[in-house]
Amino acid sequence: MDAIIQAIIQGILLGGLYAVLGIGMSLIFGIVKITNLAHGDFIILAAFISYIFMGVLGCNPFLTLILVIPIMFVVGYVVQNTMLNKVLSRGDEPPLLVTFGLSIIIQNLLLYIFTANAHKLQTPLLLKAIPITEDVRIPVMYLIACIVSIFVILALAFYMKNTYQGRAIKAASDDIEAARLMGVNVKSIYGIAMGIAMMTAAVAGVMLGTLFNFYSYSGGTYLIVAFAVVVIGGIGNLYGTLFAGFVFGLAQIVGAQILGAEWQQLIGYAVLLIMLIFRPQGLFGNK
Amino acid sequence: MSKILRVENIDAFYGDFQAVQNASFAVEEKEIASVIGTNGAGKSTLMRVISGTHPGKQNGKIFFKDTDITGWPTHKIVDMGLSIVPEGGRVFGRMSVKDNLIMGSYIKGARPGAATALERVYELFPILKEKAEHPAGSLSGGQRQMVAIGRALMANPEAVLFDEISLGLAPTVIKDIYARIRQLNKEGLTVILVEQDVKRSLKTCETAFVMLKGKVVLEGKSKDLTEEQVRNAYFGM
Repeated sequence: MDAIIQAIIQGILLGGLYAVLGIGMSLIFGIVKITNLAHGDFIILAAFISYIFMGVLGCNPFLTLILVIPIMFVVGYVVQNTMLNKVLSRGDEPPLLVTFGLSIIIQNLLLYIFTANAHKLQTPLLLKAIPITEDVRIPVMYLIACIVSIFVILALAFYMKNTYQGRAIKAASDDIEAARLMGVNVKSIYGIAMGIAMMTAAVAGVMLGTLFNFYSYSGGTYLIVAFAVVVIGGIGNLYGTLFAGFVFGLAQIVGAQILGAEWQQLIGYAVLLIMLIFRPQGLFGNK
Repeated sequence: MSKILRVENIDAFYGDFQAVQNASFAVEEKEIASVIGTNGAGKSTLMRVISGTHPGKQNGKIFFKDTDITGWPTHKIVDMGLSIVPEGGRVFGRMSVKDNLIMGSYIKGARPGAATALERVYELFPILKEKAEHPAGSLSGGQRQMVAIGRALMANPEAVLFDEISLGLAPTVIKDIYARIRQLNKEGLTVILVEQDVKRSLKTCETAFVMLKGKVVLEGKSKDLTEEQVRNAYFGM
């Protein structure tokens, strides 16, 4: 019984991280209508940038966020404005190919600089846990990652709902021509949207890097997780993505607890597959 | 009175096809002007040229408040005080009515006055206050058009260009919307109507411009023009 409770706790906490992995992708998927195949690689890129600053400044991974978040914003803004905006009007495939190309470039660049070795953002918090009963403990780093992730998603939802910029991003996705008539500079608003998505990727990368080993080529693994929560949550639905993260995390960890660790990945994707069959619009989608 | 908008010798193309030929017209401050023409006469293309959203080649000059705004990006034109109610309204369907209206005050100059402007729009169209939290896409055609008008007013414009405002609406709704437009004009707004409906346009406007096959073929004060004259120009007879 304790083992199951432990798995549920772990699953929920991991789910928070999964949600933040997907949230930036959901934003770009739902609003700029780009499937960002490099989203996972951007997350890993952020983890490596944090790794560099940890080495240079000798600080803990959380402090590096002060630098990693704005850097990733700039990366997103520049990528959108110099590459993706140029091909947006040419249909769905060209932007898809651009992000696929970016994925390959980022992976190989990281491989070149950091080799194929495992990296980790070291923090003593990883080994700490809050005991609840004798056998049930809340791992502190998982808890932090989950709280930070929820905070990021709530902040993003607030931004989208209550600021002119957030509304403009939504408006542009609804009717780009009308948004232009409102005075929205459409090209730059997409850059800002991508920049914000990359800010969430920065947080995701740092949280992930403190919890797990990551490699130059880990992007693909996390892209699939991001995909899963975006699809389960309903594309572009921020709260849906958060909920989907919990569902996906719980399914993986509790499933692994019951069936064995080797089932963990498979169960996650089985849930995704079932969702695609019965509710392709996502849990909270409305089409 | 001075001219607030001057459109001079506009040509506009879609590829090799010329949709507007040497079109010129000028609108006086605080008047109601209307550009009348059949479907395909080039009205909408001309409006697109004015609002900076025409995708093809174009020649000619546009002045707003004596500033040359030819080729300006739309957001700068809106910032100058010229708002556009596009054909079909084009509200943001997935956003609430209130968010639609707030989007209207997106330009920097309009943001401080947004709360006051919102109250004014609600006064003008009380139904929008009732439906404030509904997604704009769920509204009726007439209500969506009200959202589009309200949204344009939120920018605190000096002039508003209404593109085919009555298209697809019930006569009673059109009447109501026209009454509101006249009211706005009395309060000092310059109104530019783009219409297919000859009778209603002539009744409402002070100056009329009739377009045919991309050219302005007739212009004058509406009180000096007979309906027959306009109708002949309209159909090219």
